[in-house]
Amino acid sequence: MQPVGAAAPLKVDIREKTFRSAEGVTLVALEGLSFEVRQGEFACLFGPSGCGKTTTLRILMGLDRQFSGKVQLPEGGSNRVAAVFQEPVLLPWRTVEQNVRLALPRNMRDADLGHLFDLLGLSGLEALYPSELSLGLARRAALARAFAIEPALLFLDEPFASLDEPTADRLRHLLMRVWSARPTTALMVTHNLREALLLADRIVVLSPRPAHVAGIFDVCISRHSRDAQALDDLVSEFRMRFPDEV
Amino acid sequence: MTAGFGSGKPAGANRPERRGWLFLRRGLPLVTALASLLGLCLLWQVAAGIWPSRAFPPPVDVWRVLTRDAANGELAYHLAMTLWRVAAAYAGAMVVGSVIGVLLGMHRRADMFFNPWLVLFLNLPALVVIVLAYIWWGLTEAAAVGAVAINKIPNVVVTMREGARALDARFTEMASVYRLTPLDQVRHVLIPQLQPYFAAASRSGIALIWKIVLVVELLGRSNGVGFQIYLYFQLFDVAAILAYSLAFVAIMLLIEIFLVQPFERHATRWRRRPA
Repeated sequence: MQPVGAAAPLKVDIREKTFRSAEGVTLVALEGLSFEVRQGEFACLFGPSGCGKTTTLRILMGLDRQFSGKVQLPEGGSNRVAAVFQEPVLLPWRTVEQNVRLALPRNMRDADLGHLFDLLGLSGLEALYPSELSLGLARRAALARAFAIEPALLFLDEPFASLDEPTADRLRHLLMRVWSARPTTALMVTHNLREALLLADRIVVLSPRPAHVAGIFDVCISRHSRDAQALDDLVSEFRMRFPDEV
Repeated sequence: MTAGFGSGKPAGANRPERRGWLFLRRGLPLVTALASLLGLCLLWQVAAGIWPSRAFPPPVDVWRVLTRDAANGELAYHLAMTLWRVAAAYAGAMVVGSVIGVLLGMHRRADMFFNPWLVLFLNLPALVVIVLAYIWWGLTEAAAVGAVAINKIPNVVVTMREGARALDARFTEMASVYRLTPLDQVRHVLIPQLQPYFAAASRSGIALIWKIVLVVELLGRSNGVGFQIYLYFQLFDVAAILAYSLAFVAIMLLIEIFLVQPFERHATRWRRRPA
């Protein structure tokens, strides 16, 4: 139980989510999946490929309402939600800056974004169209859009998928820098264990389908000291606790 | 411009050459088109000389009618009347057709129900619509413009429905997560995706509409290019018929070159530069 006053901004309690295929076969994707993400925490949803991580995220983002159970998102004040999708999903007919500003609520449209663009290495690229950016830069723009709205909750759906490893690694560190500058309650979906161990405060480990929480793994070392050696230790510690996870 | 050649910078030296090349590339189609039209005129002149007939006047006669009616204001008046009918029918058909098309493309059940209606209207001959419109609403301007619009709407609906079916769900989901206002969704997400379909509908639309407008004018109006053509048909004045039709074709061409094409270039500017 959480102490009073530290209400978790995100409470998930999904009883069941089923898919019905075109041939009428039902497939139980999620069953009895419940967890919380605490205020200011960076949590990762980790599990084998195809176990329903993205399905869970879609439910949380309000894109899929066909499920039984309850999801509690932040209420009152700034209850804005931001998302970084598997693909950048930038509007190709708007410039980088227009794409970011468009996500801002009306009263923040004129906000100064210079610092954020600077932090993400996008300075000078504001007037370009997404088709003129590399995939890595487009993802930075997607991150800029997510952080610009100062969300109460940030969802990331494998935001570094289909990038080459050095680029992905640079972006992970960039993400950490922006996140430290603007701490935000965040939930990231990933099937990359090292990525999860590098970024997260807590890892919610999912079971194979139908997905439920197999366990929680707290990453207790501070982010600065998570170098290659520390990550190796974390990986073996993780494997000891969850021998079934790939 | 020779200034650039003297400087040592390669970028500066390149520029005049590139500008000349660009001019050539842009100018060449224009020169070719003009030469081609001139050739057609010459052929026409020669043919009219070989078989002289009142039904087949040489281009010089047509030009004479054109200058005469341009001088006394007749030409401008009738062109303007036809042009405003084209514009009104076009605007009406595009707005109504786009709204219906997008709604049908987004709602599968409505589409299934209304599809037979659409097929019916698609295959209704223009003449039938025009005659019925004049019978039901009288020989009025509204009936004329309305009849033309109704002829065009089904085509717009079909094209825009395809566009709405091809909408990218990822953008819709992004807009929903970031809570874009309905106005922003229409302006920044919906319309840019539909733009190519809108352009296609509008191109085929203008060509179709101005031809139907002439029929409408012929049947129930007392001005406009269609009316003039009908008048000169009764007088058997082929030169005047040709003068009015060619003048209107020229106007539609100018609209295409100076209005439609620049607008399309602007709307698709984000595509033009390679990554």
